[in-house]
Amino acid sequence: MSLIKSLMVKPWTAEQTLIDNHYPGDASERLVKRLALKVFLAVVAVLFILLIVAYAGRMGYSDWRPVPQLSLLWVNTGALLLASLAFELSRYALNKDHLQTMRVSLLAGGALTIVFIFGQMLAWRQLTTMPYFDITIPAIGFFYILTGLHALHMVGGLFVWGHAVPKVFKNFDPLKVKQTLELCATYWNFLLLVWVVMFGLLFSGDNLDALLKLCGIK
Amino acid sequence: MDHASHDASDFAPPNEIGEMELFHPKTFLGKYVWSQDAKVIAIQYAITAIAIGIVALVLSWLMRLQLGFPNTFTFINPSNYLQFVTLHGMIMVVYLLTALFLGGFGNYLIPLMVGARDMVFPYLNMLSYWIYLFAVLLLCASFFVPGGPTGSGWTLYPPQAILEGTPGARGGIILMLVSLMFFIVGFTMGGLNYVVTILQARTRGMTMMRLPLTIWGIFMATILALLAFPALFVSALMMLLDLGLGTSFFMPAIVSLGRPGEHVGGNPLLFQHLFWFFGHPEVYIVALPAFGIVSDLISVHARKNIFGYRMMVWAIVIIGGLSFVVWAHHMYVSGMNPYFGFFFATTTLIIAIPTALKVYNWVLTLWRGNIQLTVPMLFALGFMFAFIHGGLTGLFLGNVTVSVPLSDTMFVVAHFHMVMAVAPIMVVFGAIYHWYPKMTGRLLNVKMGKIHFWVTFIGTYAIYLPMHYLGFLGVPRRYFAIEGTRFIPDSVQYLNASITIAALIVGVFQAIFLYNLVWSYFKGEPAGDNPWKATTLEWQTAHTPPTHGNFGETLPPVYRWAYDFSVPGVKEDFIPQNVAPKDVVYESAPLRSTGNQPS
Repeated sequence: MSLIKSLMVKPWTAEQTLIDNHYPGDASERLVKRLALKVFLAVVAVLFILLIVAYAGRMGYSDWRPVPQLSLLWVNTGALLLASLAFELSRYALNKDHLQTMRVSLLAGGALTIVFIFGQMLAWRQLTTMPYFDITIPAIGFFYILTGLHALHMVGGLFVWGHAVPKVFKNFDPLKVKQTLELCATYWNFLLLVWVVMFGLLFSGDNLDALLKLCGIK
Repeated sequence: MDHASHDASDFAPPNEIGEMELFHPKTFLGKYVWSQDAKVIAIQYAITAIAIGIVALVLSWLMRLQLGFPNTFTFINPSNYLQFVTLHGMIMVVYLLTALFLGGFGNYLIPLMVGARDMVFPYLNMLSYWIYLFAVLLLCASFFVPGGPTGSGWTLYPPQAILEGTPGARGGIILMLVSLMFFIVGFTMGGLNYVVTILQARTRGMTMMRLPLTIWGIFMATILALLAFPALFVSALMMLLDLGLGTSFFMPAIVSLGRPGEHVGGNPLLFQHLFWFFGHPEVYIVALPAFGIVSDLISVHARKNIFGYRMMVWAIVIIGGLSFVVWAHHMYVSGMNPYFGFFFATTTLIIAIPTALKVYNWVLTLWRGNIQLTVPMLFALGFMFAFIHGGLTGLFLGNVTVSVPLSDTMFVVAHFHMVMAVAPIMVVFGAIYHWYPKMTGRLLNVKMGKIHFWVTFIGTYAIYLPMHYLGFLGVPRRYFAIEGTRFIPDSVQYLNASITIAALIVGVFQAIFLYNLVWSYFKGEPAGDNPWKATTLEWQTAHTPPTHGNFGETLPPVYRWAYDFSVPGVKEDFIPQNVAPKDVVYESAPLRSTGNQPS
């Protein structure tokens, strides 16, 4: 039932009483965890949207200087994309009962995420060695806060991944593991999306002029 | 209204899914300290919030002593006056009211009222409390660091907050920001629990539109908090980086104390936007649970179904949505495009519509009700007075042309204290008097309760009514001393002294309430399971106070909405939500299907 429709009912009427009494209550653990993840992702989305809006707002000022291009970030983006695909593959493999593929792809997903995080750390170092580097430049501050918070969320994901990996190498309950893989894949896909948006924004140079003008920022 | 078939109405679907497994602690520490039981966590939240709230109350006394009797108390100087202002505001808004309404009442009432054994993630819920406690301790620690706590005002505006010369511009502000970040992390853990428990762990028959309004208020407030707190989190983090690493998110190029600063290019207005994107919903994070609770108090103690239940739910949802598009009315004097000012003034006035609708519905619920002037009802009525009063002055401040001259005057202080302090605290007291019997099995002493109410109600008016007048005279807020200011008449001092005396009296009389809590725990009249003859599920537990797991062997199925009071033809003037139609006792032959609203 849609939200609006459910808010339109009159719970005090006899007709609605008959309908409401059939509500079965108490959802399964699977639904509970899935909803919890969605709510959490909504909170994380707001966090990044606010930062992105703040960043875009700052871009509109005449003294704006963008972050210099770092080619390493293309490699990192590739690693995160592959990690996300690996989680999707592990989910697909479990559905098809290919347990070995599921295990390998799950391991690969985590490993690629670790590569991504190390890559990001290298990029942070690389930026400090550039002659352009000055921490008071707003774009550089934004670069660190955006990528840092994103990496922190990836570490959080790895924490769950670290709990899941030992389970799949023992006798496991396929339903539970299926749920974990589903949740991991959703989380990784979401963080990939966040990263792609941030990556585009951070290194757009002046290419977003038209968009900023459209939004009334510039 | 049609008759319903009783056979059909008696139906409750079987449990299709196994109940959640509860963690059963065996040690004292497990039961009462590292507890995963939402009821214990609720009490932990409440005790911590009230304790830190008392600190904030004492800080307000210190401020009032200075304003009422300037140059009398030598231990109060301009620096620590500003620190008192800052800590009083932040503690009351975030660490007391938010924590008490959501962490306290939310934890206690959500599982009980929706018919669940506990929150869906009990371990996370426990962590939420301990992180909150850690945040409170961090904040308290700022009193003991060199320079003391921050004195930048509760809004923590940069650049002032982190510039030398502002009290607590190093250790104090760092501890405040870190404490807020921990608070938000802890709240997010709790908030996830509240939302998911309400959406996914309701008992059989408990549809969303059968939820009591208390739960609707807490539910919407939690959603607001989950979506608004990230703004405070990022602004705290960015300010920390400006302070610690020398970034320039908020700090512009500035000359401070005759020296050029290290920062360039930061935007202080960005902080204000982020802060108020959190700050205005925060008003409703406190107000919505209060709206919900007061609706239930009025309905129960007037023995009448809530007027316009569906409208009340809609109003809660609409207020929640609109609360995200009014934030810049706190920034009219910050320099703003007039069209933006017009937009935010308009949205601010629009939000008054669903809010006023709720007030009308409370009044209409009372209309021809069998009003019992119990202590919870007195506090509910006190809330209505304070809220209407604060709401009306809000209409003044929502308009740009009126708001600008009144900005930063005592009028603003009076307004937000009526709407954000007196009104919700009336609900907090009303709710404690109402649910204390369920928490302890004993009633609070009525005589002490009535003294507490009347002194608090009249006393708060004695504080804040004259404060509006001070604002009209142009008396500024956050000023350590105002004597010698040409446009302020000398008579202002008499009013300030009287306000201070009233504040001290109101504060001291809160001791009666605390004493009542302790005295009644041991010597209060036994309450029984349902002393107010209420309909909601928390009053239908097998034990009072409810034991671990809340209900008996099976969860109660729900057969009706939460407001079946004074149903014509029914012997008792209430029908609990879990009573099947066949079990309803009629005075004679059934006149109508129960579960119907009298038309």
